[in-house]
Amino acid sequence: MSQTVATSSDWGRVQARPGFRTMVFAILLVLLVAAFIYGVGTGSIPLSPEQVLQGIFGPDDYEWHRVVWDIRLPRVLLAAMVGANLATSGVILQAIMGNPLADPGIIGVSSGAGLFGIIILLAFPSMYLMVPLFAFVGAMLACIVIYVLAWKGGIQPMRIILAGVAVSTLCGAGISAVMVLHSDRLQNALLFMNGSLSMRGWGEVRTLWPYCLLALAAALFCVRRLDVIVLGDDVARSMGMNVQANRILLTAIAALLAASAVSAVGLLGFVGLIVPHIMRMILGTNHAFLVPGSILFGATLVMFSDTLARTLFSPIEIPVGIAMAVLGVPFFLFLLRRAM
Amino acid sequence: MSAPILSAREVRLNLGGHEILHGISLDFEPHRIHAILGPNGCGKTTLVKALCGATKLSHGEVRLDGESISRLSASAMARKMAVVWQGGHITGDITVRRLVSYGRYAHLPWWQLRPPAHDQAVEQAMARTGVLPMAERRVETLSGGERQRVWLAAALAQEPQLLLLDEPTTYLDIAHQIDILELVRDLNQTMGLTVIAVLHDLTQAARYCDHCVVMGDGRVLRQGSPDQALSWSAVAQDFAVDSWVTHDPDGQRPVIQPRRRMRDTDPETWPSTMPAELHHKQR
Repeated sequence: MSQTVATSSDWGRVQARPGFRTMVFAILLVLLVAAFIYGVGTGSIPLSPEQVLQGIFGPDDYEWHRVVWDIRLPRVLLAAMVGANLATSGVILQAIMGNPLADPGIIGVSSGAGLFGIIILLAFPSMYLMVPLFAFVGAMLACIVIYVLAWKGGIQPMRIILAGVAVSTLCGAGISAVMVLHSDRLQNALLFMNGSLSMRGWGEVRTLWPYCLLALAAALFCVRRLDVIVLGDDVARSMGMNVQANRILLTAIAALLAASAVSAVGLLGFVGLIVPHIMRMILGTNHAFLVPGSILFGATLVMFSDTLARTLFSPIEIPVGIAMAVLGVPFFLFLLRRAM
Repeated sequence: MSAPILSAREVRLNLGGHEILHGISLDFEPHRIHAILGPNGCGKTTLVKALCGATKLSHGEVRLDGESISRLSASAMARKMAVVWQGGHITGDITVRRLVSYGRYAHLPWWQLRPPAHDQAVEQAMARTGVLPMAERRVETLSGGERQRVWLAAALAQEPQLLLLDEPTTYLDIAHQIDILELVRDLNQTMGLTVIAVLHDLTQAARYCDHCVVMGDGRVLRQGSPDQALSWSAVAQDFAVDSWVTHDPDGQRPVIQPRRRMRDTDPETWPSTMPAELHHKQR
């Protein structure tokens, strides 16, 4: 016990050093760029970093221009956006639900989005452009149901998780039912279920980036609210926060982030859980650092996992969701042990 | 009597289908220290929640500086009235300065992402409560008494005229209890801050407060100066406790030493003043 206390206060001193956070953000940026270049450069035709940069910024007639622009770049960008969105959604949900286990995947926000998304995808395929919008509605509905189920004179972390698991199970059952009813169009749905970035291109990037940019910017503007809301409803209110209005606003941002990610790649778990936790361990609980840190690291992690997922068993491509689960589950169990 | 800074009119409040407060009307004069007293479960904390707008009233209204708080925004209210709760939720690495700076929430525009590094009000609040030397320490590592000072500092950073304290001395040892009460009295005397505090110890309330409100079963049973509200017969009737009531030598405030529980079911049969035998035993 005394050992742990000593270590954590040592870490506190390291964190308190003036240049520490600058250094962490520099490293995060380097990792982001490295994961990006590695992602674009890796595939059936390996490209060197110079070739990658030439392919992106060079003339149209450069020999690898098409490989880079048409195949690799949109996928890597999409992975980055999805990772940033899910990680940020996780940070927000953990703060407003007062629960370190809150994650869009675990508490049913993603499956709410997934259910609505898959209904559109399978039952009304002609409306596929509306998938993000309907996914957002599904995510918001899931949040509302969780709050209604868990609310009893205040938010109880335990009830939130139980209600979330219930909602998640219900939406999962709904997804299965829709899939059985439309088994002829199952191929798309399977990729959707596992969280996959294959067959994604500029179309998805174009649909996603406005939502992504809007929601991430909104999240960055809410860091002070997140700091205060973590102190508890009574304290936040007496400090001058309209807690109900802010909780709705922050829930909407988290739902939008999760929904836009889900509508692009389907159900991708654990990013929203592990990225905020890793960042909290390194940067501390201050949301002014936690949110941007999670955006950078979430993007890096999903870019890297997706590259692994499509190259590890090449030419067979495993969904990035599976790669994330393999990376995420041991960490999740480790957190669980530590918390006990 | 000057106009009350905070007043409750016919306040009724339901929680889970039960009425907890049965029509409470109270006026709190500015620049005074008010105590809210009463046995456990009589609705003290609920009253605090009603007074600061944390819980919706089912009837009546609360006025802050003459304005109904249901019409005030949360931030407008926070600039006039601060509340210190019984321990908020503290996450791992938060430092004292940071927690106190959250008290500026209601004063900063929404687009300001971070509180300024050295806010005048934050530094002053820390200086006044004596937590400046521990500004960079983690709140987690502080003792209960130090933490309570930090929460007080966060409340002062709101630059309020009125401070509501929900059992500020509970869980503290006797020295830290006195510490907090002296600090509160000091703030009242130097800044003219109005204080409303939920307290348990009758003698402490008598010593530090100007006005005592005694509650029982969701009603105000009695209010007045410590001498009026905490006389022998008042304590006997309101708390069903037989006590020695005497006066301290320096302030001439009542000192209440509980002696035994009064089991008599009919308060009418209790004597209206402290029995003479007790006066005798005092010497």
